[in-house]
Amino acid sequence: MIKVRNLVLMSLLGIITAAAVAQDGIFDEYREMMGEDNAGVFIIDEGQEYWFSKTGPKAATLEACDLGLGEGVVEGAYAQLPRYFEDVDRVMDLEARLVHCMIDLQGRSRAEVHAKPYSLRGDMGTEIEALSAWIANQSNGLAIAPGQIHAREQSAYDVGEKLFYYRAGPHDFSCATCHGQADKRIRLQSLAHLESYDGAAGAYSSWPAYRISEGIIRTMGWRMRDCFRQQRMPELVMGSDASVALQIYLAVNGAGAPLAAPGLKR
Amino acid sequence: MIRTLGFVVFTVFASVAFADTSYDVLMRSMTDKNQATLSRLNQDDIQEACSQSRDQPGNADVLKALREQSLASVTLPADGIFIGDWQRGAAVANNGRGLQYSDDPSAPNGGNCYACHQLDPRELAYGTLGPSLANYGARGQSEPMLNYTWVKLWNTHAYNACSHMPRFGAQGILDEQQLKDIMAYLLDPASPVNQPLED
Repeated sequence: MIKVRNLVLMSLLGIITAAAVAQDGIFDEYREMMGEDNAGVFIIDEGQEYWFSKTGPKAATLEACDLGLGEGVVEGAYAQLPRYFEDVDRVMDLEARLVHCMIDLQGRSRAEVHAKPYSLRGDMGTEIEALSAWIANQSNGLAIAPGQIHAREQSAYDVGEKLFYYRAGPHDFSCATCHGQADKRIRLQSLAHLESYDGAAGAYSSWPAYRISEGIIRTMGWRMRDCFRQQRMPELVMGSDASVALQIYLAVNGAGAPLAAPGLKR
Repeated sequence: MIRTLGFVVFTVFASVAFADTSYDVLMRSMTDKNQATLSRLNQDDIQEACSQSRDQPGNADVLKALREQSLASVTLPADGIFIGDWQRGAAVANNGRGLQYSDDPSAPNGGNCYACHQLDPRELAYGTLGPSLANYGARGQSEPMLNYTWVKLWNTHAYNACSHMPRFGAQGILDEQQLKDIMAYLLDPASPVNQPLED
């Protein structure tokens, strides 16, 4: 059922997508046409199906998963992430928390849920991506409000800030290499100035995002991983301390801005 | 007394060893992927100094040391010839691949110059992180100019400590011939970089 939906979606958008990649004008028209109902709605529905599906050795749904506002509370949950979770004594982003719930509630192995969290080019989407879309969508319009009360939340921000400037690898790149100045671009791609409120708010609020060129949802954790790939660094593990720290750094810098989740990207 | 000293030494050592540095966090947050192994997380002197100062080393002694160390890393062309083929240089300047875990390690690395610089003024898809290099060749091909440009490509920190530009020679991103070809793309009067747009 899920696969069929994706196929329909892909074919519906195929022509529009090709045109959108070629021309910004058409992309803008497409965005306007879709308005509030961005094409991610198909994937959002899938995410809801995953949430309520009995899965894993324990044949359990994710309904008892606590995303920070209590068991099963999804509305508004994404906006207050990343945050500290007392039960695991860790600051977690959405992806780390979902993995925790899949292991804890559904009895699945860490290896299985980490096997392929993000789509490769040409893939039809993953469970983590669909769940992220559905969960984030229920914070759409709410202000970004990550945890910054617990000492662990504050230290995660400090770690994220330091990581932002960490230069390494054959190209000596850090996050700041590309995202430490305003009004810059790579080739024609505009770069967000992530130290500033405007830059961080614009970037953070638009993930997870529906990428019409790929027909899938991309998550904030994927964005972190792919930036490191482009920095010539090793692969970032989903929900890892570095991923969470960088996300809380961005979320705090952009705090207060309304989420547009899922966002829409080329 | 000795026991107290031993305890102090142990405590200092322990706090250094177990401090949650960026390196530690990254090491437990990443995995080897193809050519991009965890060894890439180790920082050399320049990477460490620039990370800690957020690319703005304020201390004059540190700055001087970084520049001198960087200058000392430069290998000039063995045959004394700085200028290669601008057409091959154009391909290097346009190629953004190389050293990512998604790249084919058997293919040549690119310089990806256009990601950050304007070069050929007819190419509209150029980045703005670095200065425009359009008509760079107007500076001529004097010995100091050749030397300056080579050093800049080899190890940018020799002139501008904590510059954002990769060290194409010092880090082995580009080989000597590729650097010569980039030199030609920048400096050869026949290169499109040095053909201003007509009104």
